[in-house]
Amino acid sequence: MLELVGVTKQVGAETHITDVTMTLVKGSLNVLLGPTLSGKTSLMRLMAGLDKPTAGDIRMDGVSVVGVPVQKRNVAMVYQQFINYPTLTVYENIASPLRIQGASDAVIKAKVGKAAELLRLTEHLDKTPLQLSGGQQQRTALARAVVKEAGLVLLDEPLANLDYKLREELRAELPKIFAETGAIFVYATTEPMEALLLGGNTGCLSLGRLTQFGSTIGVYNRPADLITAETFSDPPLNIITVDKRGSEFRHTGGVSFPATPKQAALPDGRYTIGFRPHHLYLDAQGSTGTATQGRVAITEITGSESFVHVDVADSRWVALVPGVRNLDVDTTITVYVDPERFFIFDQTGKLASAPASAA
Amino acid sequence: MARITLDHIAHSYKANPQKPTDYALREVHHVWNDGGAYALLGPSGCGKTTLLNIISGLLTPSKGRLLFGDKDVTRLPTEARNIAQVFQFPVIYDTMTVHDNLAFPLRNRGIPESEVERAVKETAEMIGLTAMLKKRAKGLTADEKQKISLGRGVVRSDVNAILFDEPLTVIDPHMKWMLRSQLKHLHKRVGHTMIYVTHDQTEALSFADKVVVMYEGEVVQIGTPADLFEKPKHTFVGYFIGSPGMNVLPAKVAGDKASVGEHEIALRAPYAELSGKTELGIRPEFVKLVHGNDGVPVKVSAVEDIGRYRIVRTRLGAHEVNAVLPEGTPVPAEPRAVFDTSRLNVYLDSHLVEARQ
Amino acid sequence: MNKTWNNKAWFMVLPVFLLVAISAIIPLMTVVNYSVQDTFGNNEFFWNGTDWFVDTLTSERFHAALVRNLSFSLIILAIEIPLGIGISLTIPKKGWGVSVCLVLMALPLLIPWNVVGTIWQVFGRVDIGLLGHTLAALGLDYNYVQDPIDAWATVVAMDVWHWTSLVALLCYAGLSAIPDAYYQAAKIDGASRWAVFRYIQLPKMKRVLTIAVLLRFMDSFMIYTEPFVVTGGGPGNSTTFLSIDLVKMAIGQFDLGPAAAMSIIYFLIILLLSWIFYTVMTNSEGAN
Repeated sequence: MLELVGVTKQVGAETHITDVTMTLVKGSLNVLLGPTLSGKTSLMRLMAGLDKPTAGDIRMDGVSVVGVPVQKRNVAMVYQQFINYPTLTVYENIASPLRIQGASDAVIKAKVGKAAELLRLTEHLDKTPLQLSGGQQQRTALARAVVKEAGLVLLDEPLANLDYKLREELRAELPKIFAETGAIFVYATTEPMEALLLGGNTGCLSLGRLTQFGSTIGVYNRPADLITAETFSDPPLNIITVDKRGSEFRHTGGVSFPATPKQAALPDGRYTIGFRPHHLYLDAQGSTGTATQGRVAITEITGSESFVHVDVADSRWVALVPGVRNLDVDTTITVYVDPERFFIFDQTGKLASAPASAA
Repeated sequence: MARITLDHIAHSYKANPQKPTDYALREVHHVWNDGGAYALLGPSGCGKTTLLNIISGLLTPSKGRLLFGDKDVTRLPTEARNIAQVFQFPVIYDTMTVHDNLAFPLRNRGIPESEVERAVKETAEMIGLTAMLKKRAKGLTADEKQKISLGRGVVRSDVNAILFDEPLTVIDPHMKWMLRSQLKHLHKRVGHTMIYVTHDQTEALSFADKVVVMYEGEVVQIGTPADLFEKPKHTFVGYFIGSPGMNVLPAKVAGDKASVGEHEIALRAPYAELSGKTELGIRPEFVKLVHGNDGVPVKVSAVEDIGRYRIVRTRLGAHEVNAVLPEGTPVPAEPRAVFDTSRLNVYLDSHLVEARQ
Repeated sequence: MNKTWNNKAWFMVLPVFLLVAISAIIPLMTVVNYSVQDTFGNNEFFWNGTDWFVDTLTSERFHAALVRNLSFSLIILAIEIPLGIGISLTIPKKGWGVSVCLVLMALPLLIPWNVVGTIWQVFGRVDIGLLGHTLAALGLDYNYVQDPIDAWATVVAMDVWHWTSLVALLCYAGLSAIPDAYYQAAKIDGASRWAVFRYIQLPKMKRVLTIAVLLRFMDSFMIYTEPFVVTGGGPGNSTTFLSIDLVKMAIGQFDLGPAAAMSIIYFLIILLLSWIFYTVMTNSEGAN
């Protein structure tokens, strides 16, 4: 069990990590989600013992490990760059942490063989890393982390430098690869989609603060505040500021939405409404939808889904629709929103009301 | 502007190619329309860069002819082809201002200065660089530099085609879609033939009217984004486009029935007798998981809830079958997979085969 | 990212520090010591203040040598830099020609300086030297031992022969760092050969050219061995550069005080000029 208690890290006048408290249990997969420079790498370096916190405590199984250098901790780390020993064979690369531990040749052979099989590297063991594809190089780095049998495995955007199909394959394998070892996994990523696909727990980071930590789907369905909701949405959350009067949300641009009975119970005042791109529809959705006009800015097609960027009133919204929808830029279209799907945040950014389906 | 004809073009880096595998680019024969937006899409080593270099004039193909309009340009050097290119890493003239960068291709061709001024102004306005015309090009950000490279192509009204070689590689993720949207606007406005090389499916499908999917030196499909999604002509296209990719199941096909292991699956129409490796292809979006007696029994191995839908990874005997379930659809306790017959494709040696009519 | 502080690292620097102290700082201090004292033999020294410095700075002999030095440096820079750039542009980019060119060009750089001097001393002799004899046979009145202009021409030609390849090699390194995409873009933009040089190659070579100019300037300003071997500073004083003059004064006349003052001034001039060069060249870079 790894506990971070009120961990703060300052470098000169800058604060990289502010008052982070979180508990990671054995055998769990924990995703650190946040944009570039949100503090993911800083936090991982603190967990690994590469840096010392300015304040707070880090405990491993109840014992403080602050000040224990990284060499004396049982930690494995995999980076975005493919880091291997270029002159050693894949076999020797994977064996390197075992050689340092002074394991016998027989043990090394058995463990390397098993790790290579798990990461599908068996036929490449005699090659050097530079003869491998990017995906295989990263598999080698991962295999080295596996044989180390570390209690804490830190993965810092390990798939970011791979083509998306390779990323898809390796991402599907990762939880399986590490599930057996019982170690604590920490996986940093900038992509909400990646967090969802990996599952486990997710901690959202913003400007060095941990805004929320909990089960991945739980955080996604009930973000505690606007920052978490924005961090955990890709494409970005559609946002509109409104004035609530009774059972109506009014926006300055003359656009207004009816409130559901539950939402109508909130006190009147200013709120920020957020709703996800797949809840902005291009087709009418029964009786609860509200129609409004928008202008198409661009359509992006990923293959199985399309993102339609629309300018509505003074905001740019994104609609995520299944299949291929190739709308011409600059055409005016009708889009529909469903107040049932609204996340409503008060003026301090705290969640005031979430969609009923996400309870 | 010109129509581009690839007349039986093939290329090998070897002096005496014997086998088909000696070719980095296997024979392509195609005509690309004047003013079209084409994307060459495929993983690294698929031959897309070879094809681009043949079009730009860096390479002379081992076989075949390349025509711009009716003119054979196969053996013409780059400078004689009247094309423009945006490279992976921004190429700008460091010591010049943005204005002089844009004016450079025109001045080199001895165009009168008044005409140069007009074209530069118009181009800068189109690509959103008007405010920085007087700045030195050197200090700009990567996306601005890429815009300059693009501008040097657009400024010439007579280019045959504009080529893009993975132009967004060094651009920050949040700037990428801005540039993509500008590019699309620009294409609509200037109407040049554009050819865009990328390994990123989103970039290709968003940019192009027609996507050319390449795999192991071969063009496996040329089609609209919808074609590629709905009717992949090759199992690779099914796998590469869409996330997760198309399910591909080895099967025996007899008439209007297919069998995967001991399970029988109905096809939409009867097929002629097929000899070779036969496979069924079905996208996860078109697989339903139901309770009851329809379909084939599957075992759920993992469920990935990504919010707007769930990816259910199942096994049908020894084969993996993924299903995509819309938000709020439950996974039955003893699920059976039902394939949408109209979306079920049959592949022979990886290529799509049509049913007998 | 900050690293865990480790003060032990400073101990690692100690050997280098000691080495520099012994090899540079201590001898320099000895020179400083001589420059402010006078001696009449018997190892007796008298405090002399800044007299030697004033004497040196106002001496005709020093001015003349300084002008000779500056002229020499400017002439060889004016020849070697353009010539080096020109040669680097003609070196092939790939194939076996590359290594042949590079090895051939590196040859003059590998020859010891006094040997270079001796080669040219013999080469230029009218009686037995290939160059001197040929020129004489052509009816040219060439004799570097008697004619100051001929002596200068010989020393300059020798330096160009010796050092142009260094400039060329540096430029070649700069040129090979230019990605192919630039040349291709230039072709597409319809750029002429001159425009490619002016807007792509020259700007990309700027860094290495700065280094080349600095190196060649400092080196040529300190030139000693080659002219000493070839002309011995003559005829008359026509090729007596500061360094040669310095040695004459210190070893020939045993004027240790004036020689020490002169070498410090000499050192400061080099330092100042190098600093000016460096600032000017890096500033014009920053202004872009």
